[in-house]
Amino acid sequence: MAKITYVDHDGTERTVEATNGESVMEAAIKNSIPGIDADCGGACACATCHVYVDEAFMERVGSPEDMEQSMLDFAENVQANSRLSCQISVSDELDGLKVTTPESQH
Amino acid sequence: MDLSGAEKVVIIGGGQAAAQACASLRLFGFEGSITLIGEEPALPYQRPPLSKAYMKGELAEERLYFKPASWYEDQNIDTVLSVRATKIDRSAQTVELEHGGSVPYDALIIATGSRPRALPVEGADLDGVFDLRDLADVERIRPQMVSGRKMVIVGAGYIGLEAAAVARQMGLEVTVLEMEERVLARVTSPIMSQFFTDEHTRQGAEIRTGARLASLKGEGAKVTQAVLADGTELDADIVLVGIGILPNVELAEEAGIACSNGILTDQDARTNDPRVFAAGDCAARPLVHYGRKGRLESVHNAIEQGKLSAAAIMGKPRPTEDCPWFWSDQYDLKLQIAGLSQGYDETVVRGDPEARKFAVFYLQNGKLIAVDAINSPPEFLASKKMIITGARLAPETLSDTSKSMKEIAATTA
Repeated sequence: MAKITYVDHDGTERTVEATNGESVMEAAIKNSIPGIDADCGGACACATCHVYVDEAFMERVGSPEDMEQSMLDFAENVQANSRLSCQISVSDELDGLKVTTPESQH
Repeated sequence: MDLSGAEKVVIIGGGQAAAQACASLRLFGFEGSITLIGEEPALPYQRPPLSKAYMKGELAEERLYFKPASWYEDQNIDTVLSVRATKIDRSAQTVELEHGGSVPYDALIIATGSRPRALPVEGADLDGVFDLRDLADVERIRPQMVSGRKMVIVGAGYIGLEAAAVARQMGLEVTVLEMEERVLARVTSPIMSQFFTDEHTRQGAEIRTGARLASLKGEGAKVTQAVLADGTELDADIVLVGIGILPNVELAEEAGIACSNGILTDQDARTNDPRVFAAGDCAARPLVHYGRKGRLESVHNAIEQGKLSAAAIMGKPRPTEDCPWFWSDQYDLKLQIAGLSQGYDETVVRGDPEARKFAVFYLQNGKLIAVDAINSPPEFLASKKMIITGARLAPETLSDTSKSMKEIAATTA
């Protein structure tokens, strides 16, 4: 289990309990977190679950694999801490993780 | 018609379009009652993994569901499951249910989806012959998918080829039968068809094109053989049928709603009855980037029409329509498709099929209308945007791998 906080583009924070093994995207969708569309359901096919990972967690979250990186290159307003949340797997290690959602996924 | 006073929305169907409509209605501020009537016992779930990761046993069932049961309770959405809607009474504005009773509506969304086309041969009802559409289908098939068993797949569309890839990875002997002269004939170019044929062959599946199934034979009630029109007999422990789907339009048709290969809708997903909408596989909608109407069998379409119908009911501005997009996972290949390639007059290959990382662009009069991208997200994502803007591109520009897709897209902006 890990507590994950989603910060939307205007600063509103929402914290949810996520289960190990599910993705940061899935935890968001199940809790109706705004700002994450995740149209493809986690198949790394659509690039609509873009988030910014809090700097303090960058190392623990790790870096994107090639497919994800090449999808991210086409996301809007991509930054060094951009990730697709469907590719981040929840674990105890990520307890307290904070991610910020962009204004729009399109 | 202004539906802003609507208090009761009924959704017939429990798939992705239905789930999206529920979520969008609440997101747009709808405070009235929502009733979702679904034939399946399960709450709305993702279908794409059924022929991919879920079939292979790599994804737990609970991860298929869009929302947990508690969400429907929290959102005050009444889910009526394992129940078939039998009639839409448009003058009374009610939906009648199979075990009696009816549900009144101010606005109705028909999201009845589609059903597998039935195999029109003798023996199609034998044990061991399966469709692949629902969770329940996978539950029946999966225990049969034991290494070393022989699986005959009828139809080399996306479902058939995805299932073939899963079955090979699970160690089954796989033969795919396709009536047409090439796989994926209806949806892609000869170049892509050849690529997938080569890949499946390399992975040990046998692809038989131009092969017409004549009958299925069994011992007792259990299938044992597939017999082709040329007399060839193939041993089969399992037969999987993937020969396309038919839209579930009957409820709409019987209620006098206009249909033509799908329930006809306008850009807002509205049918010819202003209180009735249609979304997902069952709907034939304007394909705004192509100047024609058509039916799309895809996640993108289910999501978009779920949103469009909710927005129209709530009097919200119409959400922007995206370029149609699709994906397919086979082995370690990710195929991403943007646009609709029907009607192309030129293809351009970018990259090297041998490297298993390439794309085929489809042009019509010099305009980009679609792309099939293998393990190539930039080609897919850049094309998605360029198709919407109606970009014109020279073939030599698209095939020039010394330029990134970002650079190429920038020249058309």
